[in-house]
Amino acid sequence: MPDIDTLFLFGSNPTEAHPIVSIWLKKALRKGAKLIVGDPRKTWMAKRADIWLNLKPGSNIAMLNGLVNVILQKGWENKDFIAKRTEGFDELKAKVKEYDLARVEKLTGVSKENIVEAARLYSHADKAMIVYGLGVTEHRTGTENAMAIANLALVCGHLGRPSTGIMALRGQNNVQGASDLGPLPATLPGYQSVKDPKAREKFEKAWGVPISEKIGLKSVEMLDECKAGKFKGLFILGEDPAQTDPDLNHVNKALESVEFLVVQDIFHTETTKHADVILPGASFAEKDGTFTNGERRVQRVRKAIEPLAGKAEWQVISELATKMGYCQSYRNPSEIMDEIAGLVSHYGGISYERLEKESLQWPCPTKDHPGTTTMYTDLFARPNGLALFMSLDHKGSGEVPDKQYPFVLITGRVREHYNNGSMTRRSPGIMELVPEELVEINPEDAEKLKIKSGDMVTVSSKRGSVRAKAKVTNRSQKGNVFMTFHFDKALTNILTSEHRDPITGTPEYKACAVRIER
Amino acid sequence: MPAKKTAKKADIKDLVIRVCVGTGGLAAGSQEVMDEFGSQLKSHGIKAEIVKKCVNKTGCRGFCAKDVLADVILNDKSETYQLLTPEMVSRIVEEHIVNGSPVKEWLVGPEYHAFHDKQTKILLKQCGHIDPEDIDAYIKIGGYEGARKIFSLEPSEVIEEIRASGLRGRGGAGFLTGLKWELCSKAEGSPKYIICNADEGDPGAFMDRSVIEGNPHSVIEGMVIGGYAIGANYGYVYIRAEYPLAIQRLKIAISDARKKGFLGENIFKTKFDFDIKIKEGAGAFICGEETALIASIEGKRGMPRAKPPFPAHKGLWGKPTVINNVETLSTLPTIITQGAKWFSSIGTEKSKGTKVFAITGKIKNTGLIEVPMGMSLREIVYDIGGGCEKNCALKAVQTGGPSGGCIPASHIDMPVDYESLMAIGSMMGSGGMVVMDDTTCMVDMAKFFLSFTQNESCGKCTPCRIGTKRMLEILTRITNGKGREGDIELLLELGNSIKLTSLCGLGMSAPNPVLSTIRFFRDEYEAHIRDGICPAAVCKALRIYTVSVELCKMCGKCFKACPSAAIAWEKKQPAKIDKGKCIKCGACYEACPFNAIL
Amino acid sequence: MKHARLMQYCSEYWEEALSENKIKITINGIETLCDRDDTILKVAKKIGVKIPHLCNDKRLEPYGGCRLCIVEVKGVPRPLPACTTPATENMEIITDNDSIRKLRANLIELLLSNHPNDCMRCERTGDCKLQNLSYEYGVDGSRFEGEKWDLPIREDNPFISYEPNKCILCGRCTRICNEVVMAGTIELTGRGFNSMPDTAFKKPRTLENCEFCGQCVSTCPTGALTDRKGRGKGRSYDLKKIKTTCSYCGTGCNFYLNVRDGKVVKVTSDTDAPVNQGNLCIKGRYGYDFIHSEDRIKTPLIKIGDKFVEAAWDEALDLIAEKFSSLMKKHGNESVGAFSSSRCTNEENFLLSKFVRTVFRSNNVDNCARV
Repeated sequence: MPDIDTLFLFGSNPTEAHPIVSIWLKKALRKGAKLIVGDPRKTWMAKRADIWLNLKPGSNIAMLNGLVNVILQKGWENKDFIAKRTEGFDELKAKVKEYDLARVEKLTGVSKENIVEAARLYSHADKAMIVYGLGVTEHRTGTENAMAIANLALVCGHLGRPSTGIMALRGQNNVQGASDLGPLPATLPGYQSVKDPKAREKFEKAWGVPISEKIGLKSVEMLDECKAGKFKGLFILGEDPAQTDPDLNHVNKALESVEFLVVQDIFHTETTKHADVILPGASFAEKDGTFTNGERRVQRVRKAIEPLAGKAEWQVISELATKMGYCQSYRNPSEIMDEIAGLVSHYGGISYERLEKESLQWPCPTKDHPGTTTMYTDLFARPNGLALFMSLDHKGSGEVPDKQYPFVLITGRVREHYNNGSMTRRSPGIMELVPEELVEINPEDAEKLKIKSGDMVTVSSKRGSVRAKAKVTNRSQKGNVFMTFHFDKALTNILTSEHRDPITGTPEYKACAVRIER
Repeated sequence: MPAKKTAKKADIKDLVIRVCVGTGGLAAGSQEVMDEFGSQLKSHGIKAEIVKKCVNKTGCRGFCAKDVLADVILNDKSETYQLLTPEMVSRIVEEHIVNGSPVKEWLVGPEYHAFHDKQTKILLKQCGHIDPEDIDAYIKIGGYEGARKIFSLEPSEVIEEIRASGLRGRGGAGFLTGLKWELCSKAEGSPKYIICNADEGDPGAFMDRSVIEGNPHSVIEGMVIGGYAIGANYGYVYIRAEYPLAIQRLKIAISDARKKGFLGENIFKTKFDFDIKIKEGAGAFICGEETALIASIEGKRGMPRAKPPFPAHKGLWGKPTVINNVETLSTLPTIITQGAKWFSSIGTEKSKGTKVFAITGKIKNTGLIEVPMGMSLREIVYDIGGGCEKNCALKAVQTGGPSGGCIPASHIDMPVDYESLMAIGSMMGSGGMVVMDDTTCMVDMAKFFLSFTQNESCGKCTPCRIGTKRMLEILTRITNGKGREGDIELLLELGNSIKLTSLCGLGMSAPNPVLSTIRFFRDEYEAHIRDGICPAAVCKALRIYTVSVELCKMCGKCFKACPSAAIAWEKKQPAKIDKGKCIKCGACYEACPFNAIL
Repeated sequence: MKHARLMQYCSEYWEEALSENKIKITINGIETLCDRDDTILKVAKKIGVKIPHLCNDKRLEPYGGCRLCIVEVKGVPRPLPACTTPATENMEIITDNDSIRKLRANLIELLLSNHPNDCMRCERTGDCKLQNLSYEYGVDGSRFEGEKWDLPIREDNPFISYEPNKCILCGRCTRICNEVVMAGTIELTGRGFNSMPDTAFKKPRTLENCEFCGQCVSTCPTGALTDRKGRGKGRSYDLKKIKTTCSYCGTGCNFYLNVRDGKVVKVTSDTDAPVNQGNLCIKGRYGYDFIHSEDRIKTPLIKIGDKFVEAAWDEALDLIAEKFSSLMKKHGNESVGAFSSSRCTNEENFLLSKFVRTVFRSNNVDNCARV
């Protein structure tokens, strides 16, 4: 990463949300890399950017289409790469033509000069990398936003070479692993479709039971069914949907409605309040296991102390299965990993024994495979090996400000806290530094509303309201406010909207309309 | 009005008045003197624009002891006045300019001529002659000819010419300038930079300041030449903020040079771009060290870094960079116009050309001088400097600034060049020269210089930060009469270890004053430690104050001045000092009008 | 024959090395190949030659401040610091001999002459680079006694304790703060003997000027900077160190949990970690209190009426098994499901996935990856 000469940071605030990734990015900056930042907030990186694209929330596609259009108009594209490794270019070209500078300026609020300069910097770079975060995916057009980013990278051919490409910064410690290993309604571990008879057969053989070919319900759908009274029993492992999901009132109703709710967690949360049985969880210090990070690196978690409640989750699930008639008798998580290796080819070569000696990134199909650091060096993951340009339209956020709710609320993290705060709020030192929610509001807006830093304000949306202290800062641009979701005393997600990305089901955390009152 | 008539009759074109307005001159009141010349001439009916033309300001001519100095050149005959005040001007105008007879008693004496005649001025030639704020004055005497000339040559040919001249860096270490350029020009990386080091920090040194104040264009021209030779399009002048006049003149010069097309894009109508930025230092001595200087320009704390890699390979922003000092750069134009051969004919085999020194201390003619390399120390001290003050005996000469070394009077016939100075444990440095006579205590002197370097240490490396502190503590206890057996050995051990292990030139040379004084004046150290005596009677703690009954006029001033009631005195009785009560503060010594306290 | 092949192999090796722009240098008589820009220290480390140093950290640019890594290079009249000097073709280096040892001893003496030398009550005893060097070189600071810093310990924030008296000015803390974190919290201030790392205007550390990542603590070679929360809870040799992966964001940083008597008392850096190389953020380094938080759920709880009542594991699991079984019997397999968490381990996610498929016999399982 430090060899990057141009870094395009889009919808990501790594200095707060991914501090260690930001250290690598900073190293590139120190070596003289140019920096383009696309973010509605004036973040640490935005302040230091060569070009800050201060786009309005929800205008990602317009922004990216506009950049691609400038590049094509000026002839800055990588023609060779487009010809050899992509398809769908003509359609893209026709589509982005609709996004001329004047229109993009209007849609995004970014000046024409900055758009052109950003396009020039990115397209003229030798080793350019795009790093994006949840500011891209946590929109109802999240998937399309990510595709639009891919368009930009493909047009310039900044892919498949070291220090180029697109990097997505993901939220939680084991997002990757949790996706890889199959607690998903449509796929078995290793992204093997439940519709695929061969895959089912493999698992049936290993597990000795028939596997349903019916795609299961997504978590959102399960909650909807709960509310509708059709869903009766739910086991929630280490999750707090009653604080971290959007549109909390809906979630609460769903959890109230379900007949039997089991929650396993290390702390009481908003969700455990609804439980019929609460099982104590073991923290990461109390068990063995592995996490897979955003770059597909499988790393060991090691038991430092005995589980405080006597059992770790893997033991609890095994015992429960046994009690329900499916006998499980793992002696340790290492045996579970061996089973995974036998069923998931990407993990095929991974074992605890190897992880003691080396660091492995999947795909690692066999015991002697060294793991894979860079993907898509010459072929893309499509049948013909070519990347497909996607022609996309600007749709905007699901909810836009109006007279009644004139501000856009952006949610995110601060460096000191993490998600629902159940871990970080238990650190007295961290609480001394950041004790409470702060609504970041632009000085001009604050002046109009006669709000000073430290004033208590009420933030309300169509769905509810929360009270929190205001922090007047030009990190927020005019018309935008920012809140985190770390505090149980100010449940920000009461405010966030019900809109979701239809493809992934990811909620639109990054934009909803709110009103601010003293 | 006969006076008016005469003035009109005189061909005003032939009148030139040059007033020295360097920092020293200005402090002595030269601006007022200059203004007075103007108004006096005007009152004689001479038109303002003609007055403006013939009354010129110039930079320092070196003989600062006699400021304000002014030349009155009438019909090609030049007379120089010294120690001028505005009140004296009307008489000079009246008698000299109007009536043609110089005011003899105010003219400079033979020491002024002696001071100048032994010097060889290349660098300082124009200082004190041309108006530093007038680019045309510089062009008129052949300025920017050197820069013009190089564009007909390949950069490598320019480098070769400078190499052939044998010019060595005048900032201290004496590295061959041409070689430094060659390394930089061959180094990979772009852009490249040339930096003029004008962070002159040695106490008592003012060579660079005088050159910039007196002839700023020569520095700019030198940078253009260097920039072209190494392929740098950007130059920085790093100059200490304590030099406001030099900065102002440099700014004027840079802006005038831009207007003439000598700086900026396509300079001298060639395809070469070159421009200069001024970066003001913030008063840290260490920033004169080239790598610390680079850190400072980059906006970091001014701390040196290890070499290698040398700045010629990895300098400013990690790019190849040449750093030359003011004197080196302003020598370049003359080398280009007069040729390497001419330049290398001056000086010694390994040290070519001339060197500027600022001579200060216990010497009659303090000031700025330029002499050929290899001139003997004796000629400098006696012939130019006029010998010691009050005809005291010469004891030693410290060269190379606070981290240079002491040369004892017994070596007075040694030639002054890079190698000879190194061999004797001192160095050329930037050209400071402090003369000491027998009233100087060498231990005290070493302590003074070491306390300077200790205070200015950046703190980065252990030996310089703590080592010099410990040496200073040992020296302090010696001068306080608390020296111990073994202290000299400890100083030697520490000093040599600091020299070997320090990171930059500051630390490597900081022990020099101590080591060289131990080498030549070990007996003085021993006298302090073993006998409790300061032979030069400087170290107060070692002094035993007594009253000379013969000289005492019984005035009682010492009695009143004593803070510890150690002096007994009654009217019409000589004072008497009680050694037990005396705290050796020296107040009585200062107070006595008759030098009766010994 | 064997010998000839070996020779051939060797010459191929050298040729390849030379074609890759490698250069040959000799350290203590051992010939080795290295890259052109490698420092002497780096090459020495690679071939197992130990050179003492205090100011070097592989996360930082070479500095050359402590001077302890000085070595002799043939043809160079003065010793050179191994940490900053790049290797050059055919360089011959001696890393240890009497004169080098004497100079190093001198430097250590100087450092100790401005150091409290209170190892018996110091947090870092046993894990202090200065202490180890003092032992190895058999010196103390008594020969160069003189002024010593006498400054109070600074604990103006929840996480970082600063004892300036123990600072040796190696500059690692200020460099990691400015070069790596780019937080600009601390920089060397003052000049000469009074130089010391400090915040601007000596202000206390707050969020205004500090990120509390503790990188400065992680690189400090002495007891000058220590983790405040871990002070007094055991020295390095008292603590069991377990290497693990951070459970906060998805970056995947490794570190050591420091355990004493079944309690996590400190987190320390693992500078060999492939992702973070010892770097951590405030959460990773200081956000471990939750592990031993008072309000951890310590036993299963069953809701009876409006209250949760403590239960034994078997009791709770029996209840769950029974309840789910009856729900499935009554409303069908599709009426129950499970949420997994991206906070849990791979093994747990796999097991839950397996549990739903084998016990619930449906695919009603999802995780929060999308949330």
